[in-house]
Amino acid sequence: MNTWDILLWVVVPYVSIAVLVLGTIYRRRYDKFGWTTRSSQLYESDILRWGSPMFHVGILLVLIGHVGGLLVPKSWTQAVGISDHAYHVVAVGMGSAAGFLLLVGMAILILRRRLVGPVFSATTRNDKAMYLILAVVILLGLWTTVRVNAVGPGYDYRETVSVWFRSLFRLDPQVELMAGVPLGLQLHIVTAFVLIAVWPFTRLIHAFSMPIGYFTRPYVVYRSRDPQPARTRTSAWGDRP
Amino acid sequence: MRVMAQMAMVMNLDKCIGCHTCSVTCKQAWTNRPGVEYVWFNNVETRPGQGYPRTYQDQREWQGGWVRTRTGRLKLRSGGRIKRMLSIFANPKLPKIQDYYEPWTYEYEHLLTAPAGEHTPVAQPTSLITGEPTKISWSANWDDSLAGGNELIASDPILARVSGQVKQEFETAFMFFLPRICEHCLNPSCAAACPSGAIYKRAEDGIVLVDQDNCRGWRMCITGCPYKKIYFNHRTGKAEKCTFCFPRVEIGMPTVCSETCVGRLRYIGLMLYDADAVGRAAAVKDETDLYEAQRSVFLDPRDPEVIRAAQAAGIPDDWIEAAQRSPVWDLIMKYEVALPLHPEYRTMPMVWYIPPLSPVVDVLRDTGHDGEDVDNLFGAIDALRIPVEYLAELFTAGDPAPVHAVLRKLAAMRSYQRRINLGETPDESIATAAGMTGPQIEDMYRLLAIAKYEDRYVIPAAHAETAAGLEELATGCSLDYEGGPGMGGPFGEASGRIAPVAVESFHVLAERQRADQHAEVTDPDAPPRRVNLLNWDGRGRPAGLFPPRQEEQPPGEQR
Ligand code: HEM
Ligand code: SF4
Ligand code: SF4
Repeated sequence: MNTWDILLWVVVPYVSIAVLVLGTIYRRRYDKFGWTTRSSQLYESDILRWGSPMFHVGILLVLIGHVGGLLVPKSWTQAVGISDHAYHVVAVGMGSAAGFLLLVGMAILILRRRLVGPVFSATTRNDKAMYLILAVVILLGLWTTVRVNAVGPGYDYRETVSVWFRSLFRLDPQVELMAGVPLGLQLHIVTAFVLIAVWPFTRLIHAFSMPIGYFTRPYVVYRSRDPQPARTRTSAWGDRP
Repeated sequence: MRVMAQMAMVMNLDKCIGCHTCSVTCKQAWTNRPGVEYVWFNNVETRPGQGYPRTYQDQREWQGGWVRTRTGRLKLRSGGRIKRMLSIFANPKLPKIQDYYEPWTYEYEHLLTAPAGEHTPVAQPTSLITGEPTKISWSANWDDSLAGGNELIASDPILARVSGQVKQEFETAFMFFLPRICEHCLNPSCAAACPSGAIYKRAEDGIVLVDQDNCRGWRMCITGCPYKKIYFNHRTGKAEKCTFCFPRVEIGMPTVCSETCVGRLRYIGLMLYDADAVGRAAAVKDETDLYEAQRSVFLDPRDPEVIRAAQAAGIPDDWIEAAQRSPVWDLIMKYEVALPLHPEYRTMPMVWYIPPLSPVVDVLRDTGHDGEDVDNLFGAIDALRIPVEYLAELFTAGDPAPVHAVLRKLAAMRSYQRRINLGETPDESIATAAGMTGPQIEDMYRLLAIAKYEDRYVIPAAHAETAAGLEELATGCSLDYEGGPGMGGPFGEASGRIAPVAVESFHVLAERQRADQHAEVTDPDAPPRRVNLLNWDGRGRPAGLFPPRQEEQPPGEQR
């Protein structure tokens, strides 16, 4: 266990999660006004109609997959009688489908951002940096999955990465487990933590306001004249043109 | 019975000259910012015409408003909650910027920098969306006053519904202007469509607002509103809409559009209504019953039982008293001359219209008839099916009877008053023919034709004690978002802390409006502040609007 290991598998994750939490709280408190999808559909609809649903369905499925793979211990799935092989087949099948949707969707969105004039002029530096990191994370993730599972013998990250990941939350990081992890996967993990750290400072923050309350609230909202003092409405982040 | 108060408006279409003053002053006050260049909270469209955004009234296309399900409940036309959430990643029915129009500016710079040459330099139009040179081909009122002729009129969704009349007739037959703002509906489908619940109806006065801090830019409300009166600010990524100028209304002043209306055709007043009855009324089976259904939810502010219930609901006494004097009540309930715009959308709109008699009068005059003779007028109303049917499609879901009745009342008023103007004895039979009495007609005439300021606007001031946050705080909430009117700081317009629009200055303005003298409000020791045109009435010199005078000269010696 050298300094690098500590840095990559202890410091980076904790710092990144801390930045995510604090950044989100900060934005909630001081920059609610900047918290938006900043939809570009007014400029362009026909391409978005394909790209955005594909990308979002893909990423949400992938996220569910990650939750399953990282947080559910192998012993649990075995206990309910799912064989490792069955798990693997389902995970790879679903993962590939979701990954494909995600990849194509993202390609469409990025090309649209670049090629449609009005959308490009509404794209900030923040957006570009966000897309760069996001694309690197996604490509590395897909690449390792495809390489390891389709070409190689398959790598059981549930024995290593997942256990390490859960150990982070027990405040007892088992760094040694990360030693033998393939390089591609290691890169995916580190860049993912970079993405998590920048998350609250980009437009990706919109994912945290997934409007599930819509299903239960009454249609028409009544409110008394706002009794709360107004806070500053400026956005500190350059995520608006 | 759950009594609620609603700030409402009525517009008398006969008086609209289509000057767009209301639109321009509204824009100056609210939407002269980047991101909302294409937005007109108040727009004036010519009917027949396509409207703004084009063909917005075609709900089969745009899917706005509510529909009644087979079980008699209301559902958003664009689908139930699940369907709408599934389409959130790309809203299938969002108007494109071109459906409004692509905003543009001119290269004025070129006029100054062009080298001397044979030809006068011209300022090319450039798109504010792409920044590229553009060809202007549409705007918020491109088909103003029937410009573009039958080719454009043919796409009027209302005209498409009027029964088999000869299309060419329309151009010569009639035309009128329809000024539109947000309807501040009793059953707002914009609010119902918002995934975040950021659009709310104010409990005190029914004004529908977008909470700029809670809007997440899902842009589903734009589809939800059948009047397309929610707009997307493409710079801030948030929805914006007409605010009923709440900072003004809260201190008893009319909205900017009303205040500046050249035709003085807007009326503002309170309506009390039974909030428990709204849902049922909006879901009546027949669309043609919606006009009456909406009238049935309004509560008579003079009814002792209603007064008791209103007091129990915490409505202050001066508000109840204002509701009793409300011109909106008189026009909707007493004279029954105001009608709702598109009741068939089932949102229970609260900006109502007195349909114009002028198309009928114009036809009479153009054909050499006396346009003030009651028999001529009544005959023409009966004979001229086109305007009546068209108006019915706008105001009563296609039922010509209420439109007929209103036009007869307006016609009767015209003839009745002419006799008085000419010094003849008033003819009670004219009034009777329209189902009114002479004194009633005279009262209505006072309200519609003389239309004094105090009669047009009966607006009780908001109560600070009912909302802790009135004054600075409340206005701070909706005016001072970035890019909003009220921002400024060390790094330019959009930086630094907010400079709240002081409600105090509205109070000063309100006093000035009523004062005989043009008092100046200047305090040399006051800190510099920004002046919002929203609270400037063109009189006096509010501090900060102009740079200080070079040298103060005694009055009389100036210039
Ligand atoms: C949780 C539920 C989510 C919802 C309801 C949602 C919704 C939206 C909406 C409405 C837009 C605007 C599309 C437009 O009109 O231009 C958008 C854009 C975007 N979303 Fe999400 N989103 C969600 C989660 C996520 C997640 C988890 C990511 C992760 C990376 C993400 C990444 C993006 C990106 C990159 C864009 C910009 C697309 C563009 O280039 O215009 N979203 N999202
Ligand atoms: S007219 Fe106004 S209140 Fe009614 S649905 Fe549209 S935006 Fe909402
Ligand atoms: S200012 Fe008055 S008269 Fe002029 S267009 Fe507006 S509503 Fe009509």
